[in-house]
Amino acid sequence: MWQTMLLKSIEQGLVFGIMALGVYITFKILNFADLTVDGSFPLGAAVAASLIVGGHSPFTATLSAILAGSLAGYITGILNTSAKISDLLAGILTMTSLYSINLRIMGRPNIPLLNQPTIFSIIQDAAKKIFPGFPVQYMYLILFVVIVLIIKLLLDAFLKTQLGFALRATGDNPQMIRSQGVNTDLTKIIGLSLSNAMISLAGALVAQYQGFADVGMGIGTIIAGLASVIIGDALLGEKSIFISTLGVLFGSFLYRFSISLVLSFRLAQASDLKLLTALVVIVALTAPRFKKSFKGIKISSEKE
Amino acid sequence: MKKVLAATVCLLLIAALLLAGCGQKAASTDSNTNSSSSGQSQASSNSGSSSDKSQSGDKVFKIGISQFVEHPALDAARKGFIDGLKEAGFEEGKNVTFEVENAQADFPTTQTIASKFVGEKVDMILAIATPSAQSAANATKDIPILITAVTDPVSAGLARSLEKPETNVTGTTDMNPIKEQLELLKQILPNAKNVGILYNAAEANSKVQVDIAKKAAGELGLTIHEATVANSSEVNQAVQSIAGKVDAIYAPTDNTIASSIGAVVKVCNDAKIPVIAAERGMVDGGALATLGIDYYLLGKQTGKVAARVLKGEKPADIAIEGSKDLKLIINKKSADTLGIKIPEALMSKADEIVEK
Repeated sequence: MWQTMLLKSIEQGLVFGIMALGVYITFKILNFADLTVDGSFPLGAAVAASLIVGGHSPFTATLSAILAGSLAGYITGILNTSAKISDLLAGILTMTSLYSINLRIMGRPNIPLLNQPTIFSIIQDAAKKIFPGFPVQYMYLILFVVIVLIIKLLLDAFLKTQLGFALRATGDNPQMIRSQGVNTDLTKIIGLSLSNAMISLAGALVAQYQGFADVGMGIGTIIAGLASVIIGDALLGEKSIFISTLGVLFGSFLYRFSISLVLSFRLAQASDLKLLTALVVIVALTAPRFKKSFKGIKISSEKE
Repeated sequence: MKKVLAATVCLLLIAALLLAGCGQKAASTDSNTNSSSSGQSQASSNSGSSSDKSQSGDKVFKIGISQFVEHPALDAARKGFIDGLKEAGFEEGKNVTFEVENAQADFPTTQTIASKFVGEKVDMILAIATPSAQSAANATKDIPILITAVTDPVSAGLARSLEKPETNVTGTTDMNPIKEQLELLKQILPNAKNVGILYNAAEANSKVQVDIAKKAAGELGLTIHEATVANSSEVNQAVQSIAGKVDAIYAPTDNTIASSIGAVVKVCNDAKIPVIAAERGMVDGGALATLGIDYYLLGKQTGKVAARVLKGEKPADIAIEGSKDLKLIINKKSADTLGIKIPEALMSKADEIVEK
């Protein structure tokens, strides 16, 4: 049981970690409270599942999901910058519209992918041909590690480019960066598109991993994403971009693991999970202060 | 750094303990008179339970139960399953052990549970509700999976067809018996010609039911008038739009209608239009009558199928059944309000008379 629980928590932590990295871009980097997430996550699942069932290649389907997600982020960005709607409301409007749009795309609330090809089944078949002794039970783990690592390193690299710096500055000090001649409306839209593209990718991967897409999949996504970001921040801090994004993934794992733990020990009912999540976030947010008060007590001060 | 970690872990533990304190697992809810007041006597002692032991030898079967969420209907189905197996000679502690896991409505957790069962090499998985069933089917193609409380196993990708699943999945569906319910409507209102159906067009399950209802209505000489709502605040208008045209209203298992049944009944009572419902919850809420599924009995039926699989039959060849035991539930108070005299034959057949 423990092995399975740990393995599944790592797998889910990684795949939902892609979504959490998307949330990190908007909330942490851009300082933009984007609630599109609860709609763009199932959007990715809906697009990928519909295309796979329609006979398209799972890779095409997953790429289309990424595009659909970036479009959703783009719309939230336009609503915020051109229509001058506040960030929270812009996200809520897109998220609400996406509920109907996802139902339209899927044509029904739930699309099974049980006997359909997925990117995982294709890779698994290929791997079996190349290495006959391929450990199938660790396939998802290996694949997710590879996929998530690539995404994380690409994101790290992107945030160090000139555009990446502009994005970070948009969140930190928009006045300053505007005076440098950077169009902050544009950087916001780019950030939102990138963020929601990643979130939709996570939705597409989760649908293929769990064997179905469901309109209800998105409920609570933003909370999971935020919790991951905040836990990661509390545990690893913001010493560098590399550490920050690593923290988000670690936070995502811890979040999934704590849910597994609570459920397997029968500590909570479904209705308590949200409370637990809130508590975890509160703990993570207040932990740095405890750190400070510990420091205050110490006689020899550590210079950082 | 370490201190932060320590502090976080400590606080997490405290939080968990707090939750343990206030959220002690609700021991599965009382199965609201499900088992006691079943009208039919379960005459199924013909398959001698003691003689079955020779076939299964002394093997103890391990059955993993994966339930999507804690909910009176699903809990009742689980209890029924265990009782159904017991009647067929598979008793806990003797030749079968159960491991019950509940996903608490969390999609990723359904997978964790399914892979746990596969890792432990259980002999059978019982999956209660669609997401759990899909996750189980995704996790294994060999271990027999018994399903219950799944509305449409074919479109959920669990079976090729209801008659012959051709997969490792079999069991029961909780699709409501729409034709029987429309027949009930005719028994109560022999002169009815026009029936209104009220549903939310965004719910795929309702769409399926409307299509079935239209087909059945043709055979029964009824005409269907649709009225759709997008949310509960539109119910009032929708009912009034068809009130003048219909003799009765049929309410399918639609979440929007179920949650606003009070509003539906109020408008219909004022217009003296009876509401025939798809499930008992709505009758409790004021609808006139239903001939509906009892989840405890559905679970029991699933247990009987499970016993056949344990004795060596292949799930791929066992048809997925609808509920065989339907319950007739009549709301006496609504009948009085509407001034409808329910035929005595029906009243005496009723499994339950609601008086609120």
